Amino acid sequence: MMKSLDELAKIREQARKKVDIRDSKHGIKIVVGMDTCGISAGARPVLLELVAEVQKRNLNDVSVVQTGCIGVCRLEPMIEVYKEGEEKVTYVEITAEKARRIIEEHIVNGKIVDEYTIGAIE
Amino acid sequence: MELYRAHVLICGGTGCTSSGSQTLIHTFEKELKKQGIENEVKLVKTGCFGLCEAGPIVIVYPEGTFYSHIKVEDISRITEEHLLKGIIVKDLLYKDVIHEDQILPIDEIDFYKKQKRIALKNCGAINPENIEEYIAYDGYKALGKVLTEMTPEDVINTIKKSGLRGRGGGGFPSGIKWEFTYKAEGDIKYVACNADEGDPGAFMDRSVLEGDPHTVLEAMAIAGYAVGSNQGYIYIRAEYPIAVHRLEIAIKQAREYGLLGKNIFGTGFSFDVEIRLGAGAFVCGEETALLNSIEGKRGMPRPRPPFPAIKGLWGKPTLLNNVETYANITQIILNGPEWFASMGTEKSKGTKVFALGGKINNTGLVEIPMGTTLREVIYEIGGGIPNGKKFKAVQTGGPSGGCITAEYLDTPIDYDNLIELGSMMGSGGMIIMDEDNCMVDIARFFLDFTVDESCGKCPPCRIGTKRMLEILEKITSGKGELEDIDKLERLADSIKVSSLCGLGQTAPNPVLSTLRYFRHEYEAHVKEKRCPAGVCKDLLSYNVDSDLCKKCGICAKKCPEGCIDGIKGKEVYKIDTKKCIKCGACMDACPFKAISKK
Ligand SMILES: Cc1cc2nc3c(=O)[nH]c(=O)nc-3n(C[C@H](O)[C@H](O)[C@H](O)COP(=O)(O)O)c2cc1C
Repeated sequence: MMKSLDELAKIREQARKKVDIRDSKHGIKIVVGMDTCGISAGARPVLLELVAEVQKRNLNDVSVVQTGCIGVCRLEPMIEVYKEGEEKVTYVEITAEKARRIIEEHIVNGKIVDEYTIGAIE
Repeated sequence: MELYRAHVLICGGTGCTSSGSQTLIHTFEKELKKQGIENEVKLVKTGCFGLCEAGPIVIVYPEGTFYSHIKVEDISRITEEHLLKGIIVKDLLYKDVIHEDQILPIDEIDFYKKQKRIALKNCGAINPENIEEYIAYDGYKALGKVLTEMTPEDVINTIKKSGLRGRGGGGFPSGIKWEFTYKAEGDIKYVACNADEGDPGAFMDRSVLEGDPHTVLEAMAIAGYAVGSNQGYIYIRAEYPIAVHRLEIAIKQAREYGLLGKNIFGTGFSFDVEIRLGAGAFVCGEETALLNSIEGKRGMPRPRPPFPAIKGLWGKPTLLNNVETYANITQIILNGPEWFASMGTEKSKGTKVFALGGKINNTGLVEIPMGTTLREVIYEIGGGIPNGKKFKAVQTGGPSGGCITAEYLDTPIDYDNLIELGSMMGSGGMIIMDEDNCMVDIARFFLDFTVDESCGKCPPCRIGTKRMLEILEKITSGKGELEDIDKLERLADSIKVSSLCGLGQTAPNPVLSTLRYFRHEYEAHVKEKRCPAGVCKDLLSYNVDSDLCKKCGICAKKCPEGCIDGIKGKEVYKIDTKKCIKCGACMDACPFKAISKK
């Protein structure tokens, strides 16, 4: 039983997080390659980690979407980060742990994690 | 806390439910389990997305992918390819979504581009059976604001300033009605919601209640605070089982959260809502009949004044508004009356929801700013007339309204413009007609409806509409005389001025408006015994064109009456017009288009 406006606001904040995924976003987009190659290389835990991290940190304007094969199957799991006004950054051989670091350094602090990018590996 | 990487929204409105969306949900559940992703992908049953023609509709987020005409067989592909592998299943996308090889966001496709969703804001966007999803989108925030920051006078002034007018048909300024009820003397007052929606072809209010029931409950509570009432009633027809069910859930949840009931937000204000089921009589949408029906009496109208605002339920001051009227309230409170008044025309503010039906490509539910032209609604949002046919007229206002012809298509839609054209806004049914519709037959259809629905209390309506129907039937069966047309007009005029309630007062409108624009069709029926659109069976005859006939005999085989004769390969076929029942089967069957009706 709710008694105050504060309680309503709290419920709203929690509930908001659960439906946030349906809003159209204009900010950063993180794309995860999820074709058979990506999935067998471990893309699903990466995708889930990204979603969890984004929600935990309240990054309301960041969307995490999946796509098919990004193209370099031997370097999967791959993710791409699209930021307004910046060139696309492609990360390869990503794990859940690396995904967390990308969120923290690249998405939140704006510093590309060079060592995971496709340029550093190839 | 729950964590999903994708949401699958499936329309659970009446339209999509009847085309099997419930089975789709079960199939999705199975498929998600099969792929082991049932904890990653959330299924959400929503209200109507509006584009009923393309149903059942499935939308996948975060991409916002819009799948249409989804069948059970399609689900495994969407699950395996899209939800598991992230590959959009292109051939299942709604056709307008693909534009020059790109996939457009939903709000950029023609059907949605010109719409402005206020009353339908949450329809198709939230799970209506989950109060938290409503709260997530600022639900019950307006009620909180009203109860803690505004006086009843403030609320009434806000609604007045917004320019909101009743969406149930009459277009009466809502703020003024609230003020009347507020000022009326009475220890007890009531707030009522008209969800009867009896117009043939109308399903706006049903969709609001199915897709976003809480917005109506919240608005009724706000209205209760403004006029000084603690009890609300929703009058809804029992023929809307899904809407009733969702309302029941919503009321229960709102009580559990303390958003209905005693001492809301600890402010001392109490308000509760009950549902009253109607038996589906058109006249029970009329306000005084509705109030009688809520009281358990026979649903018959009574003379006004006194108006319900002064003497309503059990003789107490009662505020009665339509579902869609209420659905605008929370947005006006949250965004301000100026915001609302910035949309629309001088005397009609905000938006209006229309149910598009008839000869139109995008059958469905649309919400447009007032002042949008009929042409924009029919051709841009509605996608035009199917099968390359020619537009003939659009009927608005249901059995109380009239038709509007092609030359007025650029008229901005608002209350006053439609009345000027001899029609009316009504509750929002919009039926599109093409060259194959006979306007006399349309008028006959509506009169048939009002004769059925007349409650019988007053003779002009009970007897007069019956006489009008008889004359119309005489004309459509080829027995009409010229003076019948004059008689129709005279009857119409006297029924309009002498009937007790709005039902009778507006019942002649479909006849008067078709006479105004299509008198020549009436005259063709009467003078030439001909139905120009080829609808009225008694005036039709089917004939085989002997030059086009290839003597194949298919027509004779199809004829259920065996009244087509000829010799296969040798002799042209002929229809015995005396025995012909005019079913049209031969014409449909002829591969050479050698059969015509006249
Ligand atoms: C025959 C008849 C049927 C009506 N049916 C409805 C209806 O189904 N729904 C509705 O809201 N108003 C209907 N009305 C209008 C109501 O009498 C009333 O004006 C309206 O509910 C007031 O709400 P509003 O001011 O919010 O539009 C009908 C009126 C008549 C005369």
